[in-house]
Amino acid sequence: MTTTKTKKTTPVEKKLIGLADIVIQSAERSKDPTFQIPIRALSNVSFNERKGLIEMGSKKQERSFFNVGMAKRFMQTVLVADALSELQRADLTTSLREIYYRTKHTIKDSHENTFDAQDESDPVIEDLEVSLATLREELHVSAENRGSIVGPVIFGDDGDRVDCSKLGKGGYSVPSIVEPEYLEIRRCTADFLLLVEKGTQWNRLSEDKFWRRYNCILLTGNGQPPRGVRRLACRLHEEHRLPVYVLVDNDPWGYYIYSVVKQGSINLAFESQRMAIPKAKFVGLSSADPERYELPRNVGIKLNEKDIARAKELLNYQWFQKPAWQAEIKRMLASGLKYELDALANKDFQYLTKKYLPRKLKEKDWLD
Amino acid sequence: MGKKKDSASDTEDTESKSSAPRATPEPVAKRPAAVKPAERVTAVEMGARQREISVSEFFTKNRHLLGFDNPRKALLTCVKEAVDNALDACEEAGILPDVTVKLEVVSNGGPVAPSQANRFRVTVTDNGPGIVRQQIPRIFAKLLYGSKFHRLRMSRGQQGIGISAAGMYGQLTTGKPVRIISRIGPKAAAHFFEVQIDTKKNEPLVHENKQIDWEQPRGTQVTLEVEGKYQKGRASVDEWLEQTSIANPHVKLIYGTPEGETKEYPRTYHELPPQPREIKPHPYGIEFGMLLKMLQDTKSHTLSGFLAADFCRVSPQLADEICKAAKVSPEAKPRELKGPVAETLYKTLQETKIMAPPTNCISPIGEKAILAGLYKQIKGEFYTAVSRPPAVYRGNPFIIEAGLAYGNRPQDQNKPQQPAMPKAEGEHEEEDSELARVIRYANRVPLLYQQSACSTFKAVLSTSWRNYGLTQSRGAIPGGPMVIFVHMASVWVPFTSESKEAIADYDEIQKEITLALRECGRRLGLFIRRRERAASEFRRRNIFELYIEEVVEACNRLKGGTLPKQKLKEQLQKIATSRTGGQKTDEALGKTGTGPEGLPHSIIVTADGVEGETALATQVESSQGVVASPVEPDLLGKPSPSDKPASKGKTTKSSRAKHPPKKTTAQSDQARLFSGDSKTTKKSSGKPARSAKTAVSRKSK
Ligand SMILES: Nc1ncnc2c1ncn2[C@@H]1O[C@H](COP(=O)(O)OP(=O)(O)O)[C@@H](O)[C@H]1O
Ligand SMILES: [Mg+2]
Repeated sequence: MTTTKTKKTTPVEKKLIGLADIVIQSAERSKDPTFQIPIRALSNVSFNERKGLIEMGSKKQERSFFNVGMAKRFMQTVLVADALSELQRADLTTSLREIYYRTKHTIKDSHENTFDAQDESDPVIEDLEVSLATLREELHVSAENRGSIVGPVIFGDDGDRVDCSKLGKGGYSVPSIVEPEYLEIRRCTADFLLLVEKGTQWNRLSEDKFWRRYNCILLTGNGQPPRGVRRLACRLHEEHRLPVYVLVDNDPWGYYIYSVVKQGSINLAFESQRMAIPKAKFVGLSSADPERYELPRNVGIKLNEKDIARAKELLNYQWFQKPAWQAEIKRMLASGLKYELDALANKDFQYLTKKYLPRKLKEKDWLD
Repeated sequence: MGKKKDSASDTEDTESKSSAPRATPEPVAKRPAAVKPAERVTAVEMGARQREISVSEFFTKNRHLLGFDNPRKALLTCVKEAVDNALDACEEAGILPDVTVKLEVVSNGGPVAPSQANRFRVTVTDNGPGIVRQQIPRIFAKLLYGSKFHRLRMSRGQQGIGISAAGMYGQLTTGKPVRIISRIGPKAAAHFFEVQIDTKKNEPLVHENKQIDWEQPRGTQVTLEVEGKYQKGRASVDEWLEQTSIANPHVKLIYGTPEGETKEYPRTYHELPPQPREIKPHPYGIEFGMLLKMLQDTKSHTLSGFLAADFCRVSPQLADEICKAAKVSPEAKPRELKGPVAETLYKTLQETKIMAPPTNCISPIGEKAILAGLYKQIKGEFYTAVSRPPAVYRGNPFIIEAGLAYGNRPQDQNKPQQPAMPKAEGEHEEEDSELARVIRYANRVPLLYQQSACSTFKAVLSTSWRNYGLTQSRGAIPGGPMVIFVHMASVWVPFTSESKEAIADYDEIQKEITLALRECGRRLGLFIRRRERAASEFRRRNIFELYIEEVVEACNRLKGGTLPKQKLKEQLQKIATSRTGGQKTDEALGKTGTGPEGLPHSIIVTADGVEGETALATQVESSQGVVASPVEPDLLGKPSPSDKPASKGKTTKSSRAKHPPKKTTAQSDQARLFSGDSKTTKKSSGKPARSAKTAVSRKSK
């Protein structure tokens, strides 16, 4: 993916070069070159109750070159910084995977690769995002386009007018970078936005033209929504005051997806400001729904050990402390069952579109 | 054989065979070291006294006991008997052995591949003392005719039944006679013989006897034509010769394979093993039947005289005490001691506190020689050897020796890695899971069969090799590229059965083996740990050195290619060295050229050279380079035609100084009895059971 813009040395590039300076200056003073990298873990995030956001703390970890455990990571960090600055100079945007391939080679006189798999380079990129306080789009790195949108909204994308009400049932594929310079929201007449966890349910709703009937935008990120999807939802929410409703499976992972949309993620807590939608609501699937909507027990799935452990973790998160949420999670644990959105098809193929969501919205049956 | 039958001990005979009782040494009817030929004549006379039975019948019946169970093993046994004899003869005569073994396919038609052939010609040539002409027929064509059987003295001869059995086997399977060339010195003529056994009379039939021209100034050549099967691998002739060469680095061995290749095992240790000495039996080492026989055979006229003269460690005073305790008159005539009185005497002997037998009768291989042997034959990076002090089981002195060869030679390690293929995602380096190999010896002769029944093997299994940095599953052989060497030297090696393939596990023997293995293991552990520590520091530094290059290049690109790269690299390298143990790592890695500490009798091979017993290693290597070893005349003094003991005055530190080589050739020419040779049962049976009938039959008139 290539974008053309004209710049001298960008501020991001300057920050990247700063890493080389750390190495050079430390070497000069016979010191072990060390980078300070903010910790991306639960231990370094706090929940800002007033803002309703997960915020990153100030704890940092040191990444030193002359430490056996860190040497390779250190070297990898410098390599990735080099690749990223190359992108800046050439003004190219690329994918995580291409960064991996660009920086991968066998180290001279050895059998060792700089990177063995992409899961080694991805975290290094995130490390740099956090350490240099830059956004991924500023680093010119995109993720996959993993999201779809349909509904009464018109975008300007590279000068093209994209009317999401005229794209059939497939909708528009959400780009991974949706910052205003890249994606313009020209017009939005929807009343609300429904963020659906699974592509299958999004397809159902799109096919049934649910969005037309309820004048809403349907958005999905196919599982844990990628940044582009979250950022776009956030922009539509902020710029067009669209209420955001989240529809996920009834299991701990569904709850967490909702919480990420709402308060931000632990891993990318530094981006909560831009991504989180503290007013987002959880429409379902709730652990109260099986009873209320008379889903037979046999379409439930027994919670496994991991589910139970994860649910118990959620119970401890600061942002799940509201009594309604504690009740919601405990009810799931007590039932010992989880339910997929797809299970609604047990009643009728169009149950989601025709019965479930209409009733939910009518009854304002959601959790905050 | 025949002899057994003429004795009064028929019952014992059967018993001894069926239940494989422990055998013990023949008592040495201690005769003053008389003139050799006279003794041989004695044996000949004895042979004449023997009752005639069908030798071939006996042979066929007892094939398996003699190592001729199947064609493959039979081929090995033939080689073994001939080589053992060659080595025994050379060593006894004080000559550094040069032995040539040649295997040829015999086909009665077109060419046959060695692996397909079923008939072989085995030729073994030595540079030993030779055999006097008159003796040749009987040695090679009369079963149970030899010089070693009657001595309580360490020798290879304990193995197998002898060269005449091999000749017999050849005769039965191919009909071909044994061919011999022998010459006792440059001034003597070389004699050529073709002999066969008269299987009815057990007497030699001489087919051919002439003087010939022979290029060798001295020595013996035996040629046998036998049915056999040649197959490489475990328990093959090749393996046996290789292992022989490891435990006998003083031997130069040339092996012409059936494929027509010539393999050379050069002499890498230029000293003869010290001459073992003969000893008299120790009272603890005999069984009741043996005592009875000794009472019959003795030349003493009184009981106390007999005890003092025919046993070691029994003084006249102690002899009197024993008689007193056993309530027999010291003046009693030994021959008249029978029944319960003799039994009481036997018990008393076992209960009396008697000093352990002298142990200088054993000639260990020695740590240096083991090291040389292992270093020569096995490519490794660490070698060590341990000779235990002499110990005693059941009145028999013995010495346990152990050694290890571990690892892969650095140059070999690197070879397969050379094409440095970049690894793709998901690819990893493979690890191999090879197990250690145990090589076992009794009196320098490799034991190739029945490993798991052998005391040495059991000791290897029960040693906790994990303590020494190796992998080992429960009750298994340790893992890793390693050869474990165990040798038992004794005047009497207790085998588990008559086929003499596994050493019985007496507690005392087991203990000594374990101690030797532990010491080897301890040194290996030290070596492995030291190398690992150094390697991990080195790896750390290596990592940094590898990454420095990458980091410097990346920084340079980040800085737009304007960086003084070399300067940054040097600065970073300096930091790396100062943070990873600096000089110390170099030392531990042996890069500074100083040798290892705390590792006696060990050789360490690194990519940069050899440490430890470097002189030895160099000597081994130089020997390997040279075909005709130039060092030999040095040790032999001037290469002289006489078979003077080689060691005189030449070897300084060697224990040989303490045992001046004694030229004991033939003590007494004796027929060896199959049953009496060396049978052993497990320790459970208490005292070693000497088979009395052997002795009785041998001596009875
Ligand atoms: N290559 C040889 N050189 C000199 N003497 C030999 C050789 N081979 C055999 N002899 C003599 O012949 C004897 C008989 O040998 P053998 O039948 O193998 O019985 P053993 O080796 O058990 O005594 C030996 O004891 C030895 O004295
Ligand atoms: Mg022999």
